[in-house]
Amino acid sequence: MATKTFGAPLKRKEDPRLITGEAKYLDDVRLPGMLYAAILRSPYAHAKIKGVDTNKATKQPGVIAVFTGQDFKDLPALPCAWQAEAGRIKNNVNTPRVLEIDRVTHTGAGVAVVVADDRYAAEDALGLIEVDYEPLPVVVDAEKTTFPDAPQIHENAPNNICFDWSCGDKDATDAALNSSEVVVKHRVVNQRLIPNVMEPRGCVAQYMPASEEYTVWMTSQDPHIMRLLMTAFVFGVPETKVRVIAPQVGGGFGTKIFLYPEYCLMAALAKKVGRPVKWAETRRENYIATTHGRDHVTDIEVGAKRDGTITALKVKTYANLGGVLSTIGPGIPTTLYGRMLSGAYKTPHIYCNVLGTYTNTGMVDAYRGAGRPEATYVVERTVDLVARELNMDTVEVRRKNFIQPGDFPYAPADNILAGLKYDSGDYEKALNKALEMVNYSSFRKKQEEARKNGKYLGIGLSTYVEICGAAPSSWIGVGPTGQGWGAAMWESANIRVHLTGKVVLTIGTQPQGQGHETTMAQIVSEELGIPMDDIIVQLGDTLGTPFGYGTYASRSAAVGGMAVYNSAQKIKEKARRLAAHLLEAAPEDMTFEAGKAFVKGSPDKAKTIQELAGAAALAYSLPAGMEPFLDDVTYYDPPDCTYPFGTHICVVEVDRETGQVKILRYLAVDDVGKKINPMIVDGQIHGGITQGVAQALWEGAVYDENGQLTSGSMMDYAVPKASFLPTFELGSTETPSPTNPLGVKGVGETGTIASTPAVVNAVMDALSPFDIKHLDMPLTPEKVWRAIEATNM
Amino acid sequence: MAQTVSITVNDVAYEREVEPRLLLVHFLRDVLGLTGTNIGCDTSQCGSCTVLMDGVAVKSCTVLAVQADGSSVTTIEGLATDGKLHPVQNAFWEKHGLQCGFCTPGMIITVVDLLNRNPHPTDEEIRHGLEGTICRCTGYQNIVEAVKHAAEAMPA
Repeated sequence: MATKTFGAPLKRKEDPRLITGEAKYLDDVRLPGMLYAAILRSPYAHAKIKGVDTNKATKQPGVIAVFTGQDFKDLPALPCAWQAEAGRIKNNVNTPRVLEIDRVTHTGAGVAVVVADDRYAAEDALGLIEVDYEPLPVVVDAEKTTFPDAPQIHENAPNNICFDWSCGDKDATDAALNSSEVVVKHRVVNQRLIPNVMEPRGCVAQYMPASEEYTVWMTSQDPHIMRLLMTAFVFGVPETKVRVIAPQVGGGFGTKIFLYPEYCLMAALAKKVGRPVKWAETRRENYIATTHGRDHVTDIEVGAKRDGTITALKVKTYANLGGVLSTIGPGIPTTLYGRMLSGAYKTPHIYCNVLGTYTNTGMVDAYRGAGRPEATYVVERTVDLVARELNMDTVEVRRKNFIQPGDFPYAPADNILAGLKYDSGDYEKALNKALEMVNYSSFRKKQEEARKNGKYLGIGLSTYVEICGAAPSSWIGVGPTGQGWGAAMWESANIRVHLTGKVVLTIGTQPQGQGHETTMAQIVSEELGIPMDDIIVQLGDTLGTPFGYGTYASRSAAVGGMAVYNSAQKIKEKARRLAAHLLEAAPEDMTFEAGKAFVKGSPDKAKTIQELAGAAALAYSLPAGMEPFLDDVTYYDPPDCTYPFGTHICVVEVDRETGQVKILRYLAVDDVGKKINPMIVDGQIHGGITQGVAQALWEGAVYDENGQLTSGSMMDYAVPKASFLPTFELGSTETPSPTNPLGVKGVGETGTIASTPAVVNAVMDALSPFDIKHLDMPLTPEKVWRAIEATNM
Repeated sequence: MAQTVSITVNDVAYEREVEPRLLLVHFLRDVLGLTGTNIGCDTSQCGSCTVLMDGVAVKSCTVLAVQADGSSVTTIEGLATDGKLHPVQNAFWEKHGLQCGFCTPGMIITVVDLLNRNPHPTDEEIRHGLEGTICRCTGYQNIVEAVKHAAEAMPA
């Protein structure tokens, strides 16, 4: 290959505009005549709305109009895209409305909106709206909400249960547990997190009455889906009447996948007031009105033999969904959670039961990892609890239970993965590499010495596997064998090689910092032999990009990248046939390599891709039946998901006197298959680890008994700062995915998925002299100190 | 009551009538149209809106435009000179010190200020110096690398 771009740590193409302030994020969009909206949100977690008086607010200078839920009662509540496995189980859907009409079920629910000349006037007028609330009893806990004395939140969901879902084999698992030599039972809480993307959400909407068309700018990870949901499920207008544009998106981590009330509200307002309207979310709103993540209470029962072989895993989880359902909320603690409970181990029997519950809290949906961090936390903590119970080294237990390289493709037991199979892996290789990096055996000696001196060191492992590259459409979708997501999950790409030899690549995925403008161009550059500088990647606008499902679930490389790769193959094929025609050679004698089509064995009898692009565009001489232009649109539906894996190791010291946990070392050996751009891969891992470590040690959303979010700002919620963190030591192994010719697996979420249990395992290892087996996250100094004090040691 | 302020931004002198409560960040973004400076929070935690005011880093969401009267402000748009990136901008690009880019303008300005005060910081000094600016994407590791790279590239 003349150009080796695939696999090279190239600087990002998108960066010049980002480091100079030239990039346009949502709040940078300004239109002539644009107005500003501010939303009045419920201060109550559960209340009846008995009346809303907007008179005073309407008279405020600068205010154009004030609206309440009554003004939008013709618009249906928003859609929830999880359709509960083709109706096989109950799924009592209650979703938000653009503004609530008679009842609110969480603080932050929208009740009224002010439209004004500027944002200050809009905010001022909010305080003049008078809402008559009748407060109702409140419940916030994922499990307690199902108790008989809990207040009922929705009439259609008795005991506040939205769904009762299960996977695996209950009878076989119970039987295996009954005959196990050892059974360990434990409850773990995976606390609620607030994603804290740096760019809050926002929306600008414009309506053009003559054409009856809307243009909606929004902070989105999936503009095509947003258009589909808005038009088909809320406005009831043809999809062709709405154009959705995602400008530069400043982080997403899942929160920008969903259709939120404010986006529909802005579109409706733009029509009502006849001028463009902008809403830019404040950070306070981001805490209460944007989706949260995690929030599971889980009871684990694991069986094992005395030699460390795991015999069965039974899991019951209460998954908090919030007061109303976000777009895909119920799909996360089911499809992406229960189905990954085999982890990296050959557990012979597994059963998982999940109760999705309503509480008077904010909506819970996908947050970086989405279900898989929760599953990995359960599995990786469980392995350590088994090791502790059997007084074995955790490394030994892991080795004993690993799925082996010869076992792939591997279908986890009891069909918990619903027909999919882990693609490839060598779990022990990654483990060995990480153990070597940390020098495990000498650490254990050092740990023993330190304990004698009153210093408490701990080491924690996470030998994770995760599922990426979502997903075969027939598996994820609503069909008879599907998981019940109201979607397909193929991806798209359109390569156009212009007359000048320059390439415009449009894609259906939508990055929020992942660098697709670079990595997708690298695939094209590698395949077509066209310089990186001659390729531009365009995205984020439903006008001009092929339909795509967007960027989440670490799917963009393995699914979107494959669409780009396949499109390039079709461009090559056409270029080859055109070259044969121009060189008067037989097409079957032509080959394409390094940017040239040439006669096999005679590399100088060649046409460059640039020459062929020109010839195809000018169309003066084309083979019979060939259309002009090198242009191809490809849709790619993956045959299976991809399964990155690896070993993360955390080394901590716990201060006996203060309970403070200090991370001494953090090592990660990840196997994400082939890497398109290793620099970007490392960056994804750094960021992922940081979010996972933060869950283990610092972050946690706290609701009080009245449903007030007491961790409601960056002052009260511990988003990590630079000084909190060590320098991460990264290693890697490379096991290509056999499911796609690029060999890629995905990397967006591995760090978050792997790191949380590694840190908690390390702290529990440090605390083992105190016989402390488990503490729930976050492992704050106070919590650790109190636990040590309670042991009276 | 509107007040007149004279503020030099990126070497251009502006005189504007503003409400006394107008924040400097809104003055920059909404009055002057300099949208490179971002707003990431409402409690002065995130540092996305950091600009240089008379050469010192300030969070422009915590300064009123009237307080900036008579001062000289540098925003991310004013860092590059003669079409050449500032060494800190270049270092962020070289070292992959950004992902989504939203905190980046404030982060870069913070680093310019940090290196002005301490041209050769240690890793610990860098991490301490970045405390007022939150990045949710990078885990800070490549930002630290970028700061070191910039320190080497800049005349001390």
